[in-house]
Amino acid sequence: MLPAEDAPDRRDLAFLRFAARRLVATILTLFGASVLVFAVLNILPGSPAQVILGTQATPASVRELTIKLGLNQPLPLQYLHWIGGLLSLHLGNSYISGQPIAPELGAALAVTGPLVALGLLFGLAIAVPTGILSALRHRRASGTWLAAATQVGIAIPNFVLGILLIIVVAVDWRLLPASGFIPWSQSVGGALRSLVLPAISLGLVEGAILSRYVRTAILGVVQADYLRTARAKGLPARRALVRHGVRNASVPVLTVLGLELSGLIIGAVVIEAVFTLPGVGSLLLSSVANRDLITVQDIVMLVATVVVVTNLLVDLLYRVVDPRLEVGG
Amino acid sequence: MSVELGLRPAAARRPVRRLVTRSPSAVFGGLVVGGILLVAIVATFWTPYGPLTISTGKELLPPSAAHLMGTDEYGRDVLSRLMSGTDLTLLSSVGAVLIAGLVGVPAGLLAASRRGAVGETIMRLADLVYSFPALLAAITLVAAFGASTVTATVAIGVASIPSFARVTRSAALPVLASEYVQAARAYGRSPLAILRRHVLPNVAPFIIVQVSLLLSVTVLAVAALSYLGLGTPPPTATWGGMLENAQSYLYQDPLLAVWPGLAIALSVLGFNALGDGLRDLLDPTLRGRS
Repeated sequence: MLPAEDAPDRRDLAFLRFAARRLVATILTLFGASVLVFAVLNILPGSPAQVILGTQATPASVRELTIKLGLNQPLPLQYLHWIGGLLSLHLGNSYISGQPIAPELGAALAVTGPLVALGLLFGLAIAVPTGILSALRHRRASGTWLAAATQVGIAIPNFVLGILLIIVVAVDWRLLPASGFIPWSQSVGGALRSLVLPAISLGLVEGAILSRYVRTAILGVVQADYLRTARAKGLPARRALVRHGVRNASVPVLTVLGLELSGLIIGAVVIEAVFTLPGVGSLLLSSVANRDLITVQDIVMLVATVVVVTNLLVDLLYRVVDPRLEVGG
Repeated sequence: MSVELGLRPAAARRPVRRLVTRSPSAVFGGLVVGGILLVAIVATFWTPYGPLTISTGKELLPPSAAHLMGTDEYGRDVLSRLMSGTDLTLLSSVGAVLIAGLVGVPAGLLAASRRGAVGETIMRLADLVYSFPALLAAITLVAAFGASTVTATVAIGVASIPSFARVTRSAALPVLASEYVQAARAYGRSPLAILRRHVLPNVAPFIIVQVSLLLSVTVLAVAALSYLGLGTPPPTATWGGMLENAQSYLYQDPLLAVWPGLAIALSVLGFNALGDGLRDLLDPTLRGRS
């Protein structure tokens, strides 16, 4: 804990130092990840040019394409070329279609981005009320039931839930589409409708996990001395909880929220397959199936970057919300 | 370790009831996991029908006495496929946890006992792997090596190494700092003997809890990979693969998707509950935390 007489600028300086160190660690992590991804995808024998041209191609044409794609260069040089391209946002061209990857990825992001955002909203809408309720009623049967329900919610994988939702909501009730995506440009309402079931499948499981953390955090707060003091001062229970409890409870929840966000991003890969949404995950899986390794490489790095940077931001936010945390730590 | 000498006599009289009241979660999880193990063992030797046996004219039958869970689009018996899938899921999940444990536990012990550059390097490497999402790692490996049971198992195993290393290290650190280890050191015992005699037995319960919790994660990952077509290729029966197949017949036969979905959810729930319950028994102060 920092002493009270600590000048604010010294605290800011310590925070900046912490932020700088976390930033360096993040960059090193991403560098390490990029080397690993590149190594795994390029270490195997077998020329991508051969894959592109098929088994009927003459050796001469394979050699020509290999040179054209720059695949005859030594691996470290190929790595530098790839990573340099990524840093300047030149994602290169698909091995299979020959088309630039960037526009295709952009279109996919227009599906995955809103899906993850909706999933997060839905997860929070479940986690916060159920977590608080099950904490406040932890001595009563209703609280225990809520906690048990979240346990079950955690155990249902998002893709299983997705298929169950399709059976009930799309097949039986015919309320929402079972699969596919209506582009935003065609109909915003249609696009949203096609994202509702996927977002619920994605958000419910993450919400159940988050709910347990909210419950634990609120339980810790409810039993804290400062809340008893606030109540002794004459503050009604609800106002005491809102004024003193929520901010204190938000610290652990915030960390988990960061983890959840990466869970949502990864979960989206699977959920897009369930609902055949043309998002980043579907693009990744079809690139794997087509052995379009350069697209796989780009997307894996993109997703990894988003996940790692999210964790960095949550880490920094964590210190802002709770200045008591040892900044040097 | 909770010994609670004072409670021993009562506990000896009613051990089962005490376990049920102290950790219902462990009992429930243990029962479910035991059931799954039993199914897997039975399936190794016997299934009602061959899991790959196609019978024309018996496609998409509803559940009946002959086919308790009905048949799929090729007339294959769903129960037999589900049982044989249990076998494969468990083998793959246990394999992944074994890989993770065999690398992660020694790495964690090493990181705990060598606090200098070696320990630092190990934990930074663990951070690196940990920050890389497991499913993404698996997809990358499958892209390079092709979809197979082995690729999926290795990918999930490697991605799970850091969680073992972390748990082992944080459990070993207080033991290594304890007075009896200092005494053993002063007595001239070799570091390896100390690790075997003192550290490992004290760390073991934490590792057992971690194994159970991790199994719920690997079961889910194995199912997800085979659902995405990145695990064991068809026609071998896998829970994820059955689910994927069933999705084409949701309008005709929704039950076909319910069975594998139920199997996946129940196993994840079972391993999770067992791990949670064991953790509560191990350390009552952690009760209610996640």
